[in-house]
Amino acid sequence: MSKYMVNLKINNTPIQVEEGTTILEAAKLLNFRIPTLCNHPDLSVAGNCRVCVVEVKGARLLAASCATPVSEGMEVNTNSEKVRIARKHVIELLLSEHNVDCTKCFKNGHCELQELASEYRFGDHIFIDLVKDRDKVRDISSPSISRDASKCIRCQRCVRTCDELQSVSALAVVNKGDHQYITTFLNKPLNDVVCTNCGQCINRCPTGALYERNYIEDVWQAIYDPNKFVVVETAPATRVALGEDLGIETGVRVTGKMVSALRKIGFNKVLDTDFTADLTIMEEGTELLTRLKKALVDKDETVKLPLMTSCSPGWVKYQEHMYPELIDNLSSCKSPQQMFGALAKTYYADKINIKAENMVVVSIMPCTAKKFECNRPEMRDSGFKDVDYVLTTRELAMMIKQAGIEFDKLEDESYDSILGESTGAGVIFGTTGGVMEAALRTAYEIITGNEVPFTNLNIKPVRGMEGVKEASIKIKNTKPEWNFLEGVELNVAVAHGLANAKQLMDAVKSGKSNYHFIEVMGCPGGCIGGGGQPIPTSAEIRKRRAEAIYAEDMGKTIRKSHENPEVIEVYKEYLSQPLGHKSHELLHTHYKVRKRY
Amino acid sequence: MTTIEVLIHDLVEKHGKNRNALMPVLQGVVACEKFLSEEAMIAVARELDLSAADVYGTASFYTFLDTKPRGKNIIRVCKTISCHMQGKDAIIKAIESHLMVKVGETSPDKKFTLLSANCLGWCHKGPVMLINDEVFPSVTPEKAIEIIENFAKKTI
Repeated sequence: MSKYMVNLKINNTPIQVEEGTTILEAAKLLNFRIPTLCNHPDLSVAGNCRVCVVEVKGARLLAASCATPVSEGMEVNTNSEKVRIARKHVIELLLSEHNVDCTKCFKNGHCELQELASEYRFGDHIFIDLVKDRDKVRDISSPSISRDASKCIRCQRCVRTCDELQSVSALAVVNKGDHQYITTFLNKPLNDVVCTNCGQCINRCPTGALYERNYIEDVWQAIYDPNKFVVVETAPATRVALGEDLGIETGVRVTGKMVSALRKIGFNKVLDTDFTADLTIMEEGTELLTRLKKALVDKDETVKLPLMTSCSPGWVKYQEHMYPELIDNLSSCKSPQQMFGALAKTYYADKINIKAENMVVVSIMPCTAKKFECNRPEMRDSGFKDVDYVLTTRELAMMIKQAGIEFDKLEDESYDSILGESTGAGVIFGTTGGVMEAALRTAYEIITGNEVPFTNLNIKPVRGMEGVKEASIKIKNTKPEWNFLEGVELNVAVAHGLANAKQLMDAVKSGKSNYHFIEVMGCPGGCIGGGGQPIPTSAEIRKRRAEAIYAEDMGKTIRKSHENPEVIEVYKEYLSQPLGHKSHELLHTHYKVRKRY
Repeated sequence: MTTIEVLIHDLVEKHGKNRNALMPVLQGVVACEKFLSEEAMIAVARELDLSAADVYGTASFYTFLDTKPRGKNIIRVCKTISCHMQGKDAIIKAIESHLMVKVGETSPDKKFTLLSANCLGWCHKGPVMLINDEVFPSVTPEKAIEIIENFAKKTI
């Protein structure tokens, strides 16, 4: 059905747009930038901050351009005197309720309100300061996410994120009028409520009201301590986004520069979580095949299928809170981050002759939930805290700046060995569908001896940004030991963002689905859209980061986890076999039923 | 199931499980319990498959959906301009000294909670007082005490 086209003028420039387009969107097409705060491309329209007001000829009141659709013959002025005065007052009123301690704020330099204030250069404030209890409203209970209500401008982006994208609603608006504020159930500490620590709210908060619990100073202390051997691991998705915080265009891979910068910062060894991503595939792939065998051959009815991935700690905690009845469907595999920590302080420490107690493992993650994960009591199988500190991609960018490193001028360097080698399969863990694709590349080959039947190993049906993706692969020409899978149609599903995961889980719970294996990533787009990634985020930005991930995969000589030479070596020298005794001890974990309420 | 859970379960049976049912269910709980306890809000959230924060957010928006413990009878004296000019301060003062509470507090015998309210729409007959759902227009301090005493007698 063709849409009606609407003619209007913005700042005297005529434009024709589809019916239903907002003034804000139409102005953007003409390159007129209208400032916004409560508006976000990933979220529904709220229209509550009023920063985007414009003058519409003939209308008595100014219109919020984000919430006003165009109409035929409309004449809009985005910068009339009336608009300018109103907009300045709106920003100043927001500032009067905002704790303006910018120099002390963790979001300093990354705050949309600060940017607007700097555009308009207010000078003296004309409104009285209305910030209440400025020192009493910080919630630092969570190891992942901190909140400072004195910075909140009540735009409700976080509330909409937690509800619309994540189906969690840990945050809500309470009270009304000037008593209104954003909080948890009965103002409980964030760590005590249903929050999954995904950090998507941080990515969308326009101010410093939500920010990651940061461990930058702790990491510097460890680096400066001559008695500590500091090992750093980097997640797949950091390398395709770090550049954004350091003046490099979105979607440009900075793997080599990142490794170089980490060395210059002073880490003793620069290693790769992608290595343990490959290892995860070996363990999780074997777990899948074992469960399938139990179900199909031994007719064991207690075996839990579909198997669900467990790499994303936001997703894992979501499952613990929301679907405790499906908790045993989660793979017992630790996430690659935690497998890395457990191996670093055992196998690796022995190999390089460093005492585990002197080793500090730092991981660079696109994720805030990883900070919670490394603090879980289960994550101490090496006898120590397996991963000591988790930094977000953003925190690493800050460290690089603090160290005075000119990032764009760095030469590419390679990861140290061992625990630094990875395959294309490990890399694609960083985007939605990647774990599934990596697992299928390996599992199919284990079962049949042949490569997966997709051109260039690219399993396209599980790629892309659709909320829930499904694929079926018919297993043909199995090896004799796997002949029970001959002709079996392996059904898989992939979801990213917890609202999509909810859909999938409801289907599984109702018993109507026939999946064998499900991948879920807590964040929209998977790790490339993680809560620890550079701000801002949008569908376009996530798409470009994902393309960079697949480009990195294509550029790798080895693209299947089971062919990673270091993975082969670690099994030969130490672990013996997937799901073996040592693996169970170090690489697997269990989950905890948590209250939803 | 606890009594409150039974109550909420019955209310949900009556009003349905979708989000539209939230308001009537909360009102139903307040009608019986006078306020929404943590336990009640959790039970409502569970029954309607909502987050507890969501339920709390909705409850906190409405003055008549209290989230603090209240007495068996709730007295609300209108504090808006017309009633103010017609002497609401004297009414409040009289009730405060009679029940030995301040506005916002509950009497030691838990029979009454004294609150102020925004405009109740009786500007032509101020000052006005509301006890539970019953309106008492044109009250004087003496009349107010008399009315309250009658409620006290009826309340066990």
